[in-house]
Formats: sequence, structure tokens, C-alpha cells
Amino acid sequence: MKQQPNITSPGADFGWLLKMAWRDGKASLRKLTLFMASIVLGIAAVVSIQSFGDNLKSNIAQQSKSLMGADFKIDSNKPVNDKVTAIIDSLGGASAREISFSSMAAFPKNRSSKLAQIRGIETGFPFYGELETTPETASNDFQKQGGALVDATAMFQLDLRPGDSIKVGNITLPITGALNSIPGSSSIFGAVAPPVVIPYNLIAATGLVQTGSRIDYDYYFEANADLDMDKLRNSLEERLKAEDADIETHTSSSRRLGRRYDNFGKFLNLIAFIALLLGCVGIASAINIYIKQKLRAVAVLKCLGATKKQTFLIYLIQIAFIGLMGGSMGTALGLFIQYLFPFLLQDLLPINVQISIVPEAIVMGLVLGVLMSVLFALYPLMGTIYTSPLQALRVQAEHSSKSVKAGMLVLLGIFIFIYLFSFWLLKDWRYAFAFVAGVLITFSILIGISTLFMRGIKKYFPHTWGFIARQSLLNLFRPQNQTLILVIAIGVGTFLISTLYFTKDVLLAQASIEGQVNSPNIILLDVQTEQKEAVAQSITEKKLPLLDDIPIVTMRITSINGRLVNEIRQDSTSKVNRWILDHEFRATYRDSLIASEMLQEGQWTPSVSSTALIPISVSDNFALDAKVGVGDYIIFNVQGVLLNTKVGSIRTVDWSRMQPNFTIVFPMGVLNKAPQFRVLTTKAPDEQSSAALQRELVSKFPNISILDLRQLLTVVEKLLGKISWIINFMAFFSIFTGIIVLLGAIRTSKYQRIRESVLLRTLGATGKQVLKITALEYLYLGILGSLSGILLSLLSSQILALWMFEAPFVPSWRPFLVLFPGITLLVLAIGLGNSIGVIKSPPLAVLRKEAV
Amino acid sequence: MTKILNVAHLEKNYSSGLKKLTVLHDISFSVEEGETFAIVGPSGSGKTTLLGLCAGLDQPDAGSISLCGTELNGLTEDERALLRNKNIGFVFQDFQLLPTLTALENVAVPLELQGAKNAMIVGKELLEKVGLGDRFHHYPSQLSGGEQQRVALARAFSNKPSVLFADEPTGNLDAETGEKVIQLLFELNKELGTTLIIVTHDLELAQKTQRILRLKGGKIIADQVTAL
Repeated sequence: MKQQPNITSPGADFGWLLKMAWRDGKASLRKLTLFMASIVLGIAAVVSIQSFGDNLKSNIAQQSKSLMGADFKIDSNKPVNDKVTAIIDSLGGASAREISFSSMAAFPKNRSSKLAQIRGIETGFPFYGELETTPETASNDFQKQGGALVDATAMFQLDLRPGDSIKVGNITLPITGALNSIPGSSSIFGAVAPPVVIPYNLIAATGLVQTGSRIDYDYYFEANADLDMDKLRNSLEERLKAEDADIETHTSSSRRLGRRYDNFGKFLNLIAFIALLLGCVGIASAINIYIKQKLRAVAVLKCLGATKKQTFLIYLIQIAFIGLMGGSMGTALGLFIQYLFPFLLQDLLPINVQISIVPEAIVMGLVLGVLMSVLFALYPLMGTIYTSPLQALRVQAEHSSKSVKAGMLVLLGIFIFIYLFSFWLLKDWRYAFAFVAGVLITFSILIGISTLFMRGIKKYFPHTWGFIARQSLLNLFRPQNQTLILVIAIGVGTFLISTLYFTKDVLLAQASIEGQVNSPNIILLDVQTEQKEAVAQSITEKKLPLLDDIPIVTMRITSINGRLVNEIRQDSTSKVNRWILDHEFRATYRDSLIASEMLQEGQWTPSVSSTALIPISVSDNFALDAKVGVGDYIIFNVQGVLLNTKVGSIRTVDWSRMQPNFTIVFPMGVLNKAPQFRVLTTKAPDEQSSAALQRELVSKFPNISILDLRQLLTVVEKLLGKISWIINFMAFFSIFTGIIVLLGAIRTSKYQRIRESVLLRTLGATGKQVLKITALEYLYLGILGSLSGILLSLLSSQILALWMFEAPFVPSWRPFLVLFPGITLLVLAIGLGNSIGVIKSPPLAVLRKEAV
Repeated sequence: MTKILNVAHLEKNYSSGLKKLTVLHDISFSVEEGETFAIVGPSGSGKTTLLGLCAGLDQPDAGSISLCGTELNGLTEDERALLRNKNIGFVFQDFQLLPTLTALENVAVPLELQGAKNAMIVGKELLEKVGLGDRFHHYPSQLSGGEQQRVALARAFSNKPSVLFADEPTGNLDAETGEKVIQLLFELNKELGTTLIIVTHDLELAQKTQRILRLKGGKIIADQVTAL
């Protein structure tokens, strides 16, 4: 030998490992690309949601002042007393005031009427942000001209134009312009009662501010930039609460708003995370087969002197690199997708979100890509460690199984990671635990189903079937089969889609009032006692039934079991929910339970004659939040009169029923003389009769608010439609990931099937016969996977309906009719599409081509 | 002459279900440095298992093996890997080239594992020597069986091994190609003074070595010096 080996180091360094990983990887690029594709969509989904959520949060924080329109406000739902006025004065007086309430607005032009949120505001408000109007000048002109700004969507629906008029209570005003946006409101939530803005000084003239009406009084303040909002809030909150008023700063309100959207974001993030998990299962399965194909090469490398660590690292580097590439591509895609969210969520968002690149989301995408790929590939990768070099010879080494302990450790690592990541997303250990448990149960059931299926076929194998049918069944449980991974991929995908479908069904069925014969569809609120007879007459004259006449008495809690609400507020250890202490309750009295109620505990008292200690009935959620049970004492302040009560019974209330339901119900004989107003309900058979009744009531009784449940249902449907669209959008990441995993699994298993197919063809099987075997195999897998997914979703929807929505669940047939055959055919098409090349090519050409 | 391989009272069992199967029983022999040595026997006689044990690819159930002055018993798998990398070359029946590496990269691997900087230069020289100077960048699937085995020969000699183990080196080749490969194997062996241990059932090939060890049913039935 001329050239002697020049050994300069004791062994190969990391550079060589990188080189080997690259050399080996580039030849297997086709297979590796598919693994990479498995996680791209999952990462994209997680990154897009995370990045958009961060953007939304920072936008809300940045625009907090424009969201409120001021630095802070003091509000109350009754005219403020002297003490509150003194506090307002001590702050230099309010910069602007607002009085708002719900009322019917009538439009003489087309004799229509609509429930509206009437907002009387003083000049100058909003101090931050703006009233966006058409024409633009209307935002100032309405104050000068004494006109009204009417919600743009409502104007469009009612065919109104600037210059037309609007009647609010006793006054008729010209419409100065269309209101496109007002600080802090999102369009879909304004659809029930669209906003109508009028000058503050015209509110009194409407005649709608009277006892019984639900009116909000807001005092807006502009403050110096250096004023500490949290400090201000802390210093005034208790004093204001004691006077039934509240303070809200732009920072606290934006935090609250941020939290609301954060919760929705977390939910979407979990759906995205499922897509990523599904991708990782795909990776684990693909790597398993990939590594099995590499074990001979690993044995040869070991023969040539490579250590366990070196052979392990060569493939670990490959996987980490694939993870990094998948993470980078997913992150890039996610950053692009987040630009779509402002359009998808358009009507649900209170602000225009300016999207920017969030570095944390990029880091998260890359780290997730590498970490999850490596974690899920670790178990199959361990095969390289346990491979004996003897396998390079023709000797079949004694089966060196992977260590069970190491396998368990890897599995534990995976679950810890999933738990920690979901905890990071949800910030609640119980929810994170429930999520991990849900994932575990879903995957376990699917694993169980496919295992049972394989064992079942093996045990009861139909030996009498023809060759093609038998061969296709054999493929399902032969060594290195793909049954498990395909059933998981197909099952999880189908499970997600059909669960979403069923859940939407439950929610819509719950909101639906169609078919409920005696359910009201028009609710008249704020009917004064003296108006009752006349209103009832208007209803009956139109040949409509008067379904309910419910008295309402407003009251607040003074003490619970002898402790004053102020004492409870100051007691930091008290578990009583704050809303109980602050809320103005609208109670009723009657002698019997209604259809939406069930007695849970105690005894129902129909009527009493003495007011010494009144047995009342409270709803179960009230009892829970107020920490009271049967026999506990509550003192109510009924407009200045204190009433001693004792909890006589606790009721469960089906709040989802679209009818007036109550937290607190008094027996007959106590409140009959108390100041009260009434709620009347009726059922109009069609829109014409409903419109005619509303027209008459608005003109005769301008103070009455009319809730048209048919309209409300349209809004609920629109809202659910919007939300389910977004959820579906996120679920599609899982579905597409499922398809990619499916493609990956089929393509990887293709390399295993090729030799068999070629052998069959060499032995004389026709292409058609091989095709039939393949088709039948994918048909079985498609049926098993999609059916398992749908059945699993029936179970989960039943659980959701029972425990979360507390509504009956009647599954529709659509998932069975559409999803089941649809997904089965998709699996069949993907399976056949990937095998057809093998079947058509000459056997030898296929063997040579697939040898690398 | 020093003994480069010393095998004493070797025993190897495999378990098949609940049954214990003795593949090698009380095997003892030694090989001198520079010697050419053949292990022959019918299928299932344990010759490939013996080769694997001698090369440190597996561990015996009893007995001892000393290779290149190192006792294999007690070495870890990685220590045995290092020993192989420094001292051993392999030629396999089914070539066992790494399918994802080119011919040149395959030849360079043993040297690269040692950290040698000139692995590619040595690799090219060896490939030229085996007549594959124009096949550096071809993948195994693009080479014929004979060419693949020549690449394997170049790889086996690339780390200048003290001992070369060849397992049925012509088993997958036609007679003519097999003859050429054997000729090349012996030429390179002679040139580099390597100890050659061949496992074969081809008696004609075995006759080309200096000594033949005959196995049957896991036992030595003859240890004879050839006429060479």
C-alpha cells in the first residue's frame, strides 16, 4: 500500500456523524420528506393560534383605552347616590356621562320596530378611539343636530338611510348617520340589540328612564398619563361596591377582555395540538419502519467498528433535522395562516388586530418540531442500540428485544411532555390532566379496537374464502402491518370531525324553539303593572295566546346567615362568589314549579300568609355560589324593605330553555304588593303576526322591550355557525395531517408490500388480482377506522351533552351517511393511488428502483 | 510465528422455544499471523456462527477467544467494535454494502470511523486497485454483483486489517466472477500480509488456503494443513 491510513484522532468525531446522517438521509429523502410533512400542519396550526393569540392580547392591551373610550369609568345600574357623587367630584368630575338601556326603537318609514341598545352619550366621548360613522361627519353632527346614530347593519336590514327618523320612547329623532363601530363592541354581539347612539340630554325626553327599567349609568374619566390605574381601582373599589357602583379602568377591562379571548384561543390551541400529536404518531410509525429497514446497515456499521452510540446518533441527527425542517416549514406556514384569522374571526373581535411576527411563536414552532419528532422517534430509534452486528452475517442472532424499562421511560417522557405542553397552554393542571387523559383514552380505545380486530381475524380466519379475500385479510395482521397506525390516523380524524358535527347539533337543538308547541317566541319585558291589562288585551285582540304573565320584583342581598354582604366582601377567606353580593336579582313569586324546573332538595312552599320568615326557593347554581343550603337564612332588600327569608328548597333549572327562568322564587302572598313589573309571553305563528304585534306594542307602550326569540335564534345560529367554522378550520389541520399520516403509512408500508406483490406477480398473479387484494385491504382499514371514529364520537358527544351542555343528545344520521363512506373511499383512493405504480411496472424494474 | 487467533473450548447455544440448541461444542484451534485459513462444513454445521464469535460479533456461552492478543471475553460491545475497527476486515456473502452510500463512501467508512483524514484518498486507491476506478460515485444498486463484492473487498482492506474474515465470499456470484473475486482477495491478502479466515462450503476455494478446519454438527472433525 502506498498510502497508509493517517489516524489523527482516536475515532470519528461529530462531524463524521453529521456526514453519515446526511449521506444516508439524502438517499432516503423521499421517505424522510413524508415524515416531515406529518408534523408541518400540526406545527402550523399551533404556531398560527399561538402567534395570533399573542397578537390579539398585545393589540387589546395597546388599544385598551380605545376599547373603553376613556381611561376609566364609574358605573352603576341605578342613579348614583350622594356618596358616589362625592367620589366622582373628588376625581375632578366626570369628563362625560352615558345612560344606556334596552328599548324598542320604531322606524316610521317602514313601520318597523326593533329591540335596540339605546346609548345616550355626552359630547366628547369617546376620548380614545372613535365613533366610526357613515358619513364620517355624523359622529359629531348627531350631538349638534339632536339626531341618532343607528347601527349600520340594522339600517341595512331595515332599509334605512340618513335623514329617516327613529322613535325612541316619546321622542322621534332624525337618523344622522350609520354607526359602523363604537369602542369596545363586536358586531355579532350587537345583533340582538343593535346600538343606537343619541345625545345624552335627550334621554330624559324619551320617558324611558323609570323604575323597573334596567338602566346603566356610566361616568367616563380622562386621566393624566402617570395615574396608576390599578392603585386607583384598589383604592375606590370597596367604597363604590358598598354603594352599588363599580369602577373599571382601561387596563382591567382589557385584561378581562383578553382573558375571554384567551380561553377561546386555548381551546383552539388544543385542537391544533391534537393535529400535532396525530402527526407525531405518524412519525413514530414511519420511523419504526424506516429504522427496521436500516437495521441491516446498522449491523454492518457495527461490524466495521461503529459503536452503539455512533449508530444511534446517525439516525437521531436525521430525525432531529427532519423535525427542525418540519418545524421551520410549519412555523412559516403558521405565521402566514395567522393573517387569515382576523378575516375568520371578523365579527367576533372587538378590535382590528394588527398582525406582527411573534418571536416566541417561532421559537416554539422550531422547538416543538425537533422535540416532538425526537421524542416520538426515540422508541423505534432504540432499535439501533439493540441491533447485533451478527445480523450482518447470515446468522439470525437471538432476538434482542428492546428494553421494556427503556420503552416505558420513553412513553413516560412522551406523556410528561404532552402534559407539560397542555399545562402551558391551559394554565390549569386539572384541564391539562383531563386533556392528556382524553388523548390517552381515545388512542387506547383505537389501539384496542385494532388489536381486537387483528386477533379476531387471526382466530376466526375464514379459510374457506377465495384467495384474494384471504390474502387481503392476511395483510392486516402480517408482521410489520400498518393496521394499527392507519386505524389511529383514520379514527382520530373521523372522531374529530364527527364530534364537532354532533356537538354543533346539540348546541343548535338546545337553542331551537321550533317544535316546542307551548313555548313562547315573543317575550315582553318591563311591562308596568298598570300596563298589564292593556298589553294583554293587545295580544288577545290579535288572536294570539297570552302564555305567561310573570311578576318581577328587583332586590339585592343584605346578609347571608347573619353576615352582611360588606363583611363577606372584606373576608378574604369567604368562598361566596362575588356576583351574589353585587347582583340585582329579578325574583318572581308563584305557587308551583314550571316545566324547566325540578325540585332537588327541601320542600316547595306554594304560598304563605306571614312575612316573618319567608321560605323561598333558590336555583342550584345560586346555592352553590352563595354557599347556602336548605335552612340557611338570607335577608333581601326589596327597594328599601328588608325581607327575612329561609332557603326552603333548591331547584335545578334548565337555563337553556328559551323562556323566563329565575334564580329566586318567592311563594305567593308576600310580594304581591311590592313594586314590580311584569314579563308577558306569547307565541306568534308567523313573522307577519309577530311584526304586527310588535308595531302596535311599540306605538302604544314605548317603554316595553320586546324580545323576538325567532330573531335571537337566527343570531345564535349565526354565532354558532361562525364559531364552528373556526373550529372546523382548526379541525381540518387534524384531518389533513391524518391524510398525510395515512399517505405516509401507506407509502412506507408500500416498500414492504412491493416484494410480496412482485413475488405474487412473478408467480403468475395478474395486476388486477394484486389490485383487488390491495383494494380490499384498504377497504377493511377505511371501514374499521372511520366506523371506530364515528362510534367514539357518539360516546364523547353523549358525555359532552350530558355533563357539559346538560342537554339531550339525539345523533343525526349525516356522519354515518356522509363521513363513513366518504372517509372509507378516501382511504381506498389513497391506498390504490399509491400502489398502482407498483402494480403496473415490470417486477424487476420495481425491485431495482426500490432497492435504494 | 505468533498466534493471532486463539480459540479454546468454545461453546455456543441458541434456544429455540424451550429447547436449547448447541451450535458449537468444545471448539479449540488457533491461527498464526499471516496464515490463510478455511472453515468448511455442510449447512448448519456452525461455521458462520464460529466466524461471528471469532470476529467478536457475538459472545460465546463457554470457552475463550483471543484475537490480536486481546481476550474478547469481558470486552463490552463498544470495545469489541473498536477492536474490529482497528484490526479486522470483513467480506460478506451478500456483500453488505451500505445501500445509501456510494462505492467510495462505503470503502472510506472504516477509516472515517478511525478519524482518518485521508479516508477518501485511500478509498480511491483501493477502488482503482480492484478495477473500479470509474465507479467511485455509483450506489450499490447501480453495480453488478461482482462489482459490489469488489467494493466490499476494497472496504475490507481499507483499514489495513490484521485479520480478514470472509463469509462465503463467492456464495452469491457466478463461477467466473467468483473466481476473479477470489483471485483479487488472495492478491490483496498477500500484498498486505493479512491473516485470512474464510468460511465456505466450497472445497475448491478452501484448498487455496494453508489450513482447513472441518466442522460437522458444531464439532471439529478435522484440522488439516493443505498441500500449499
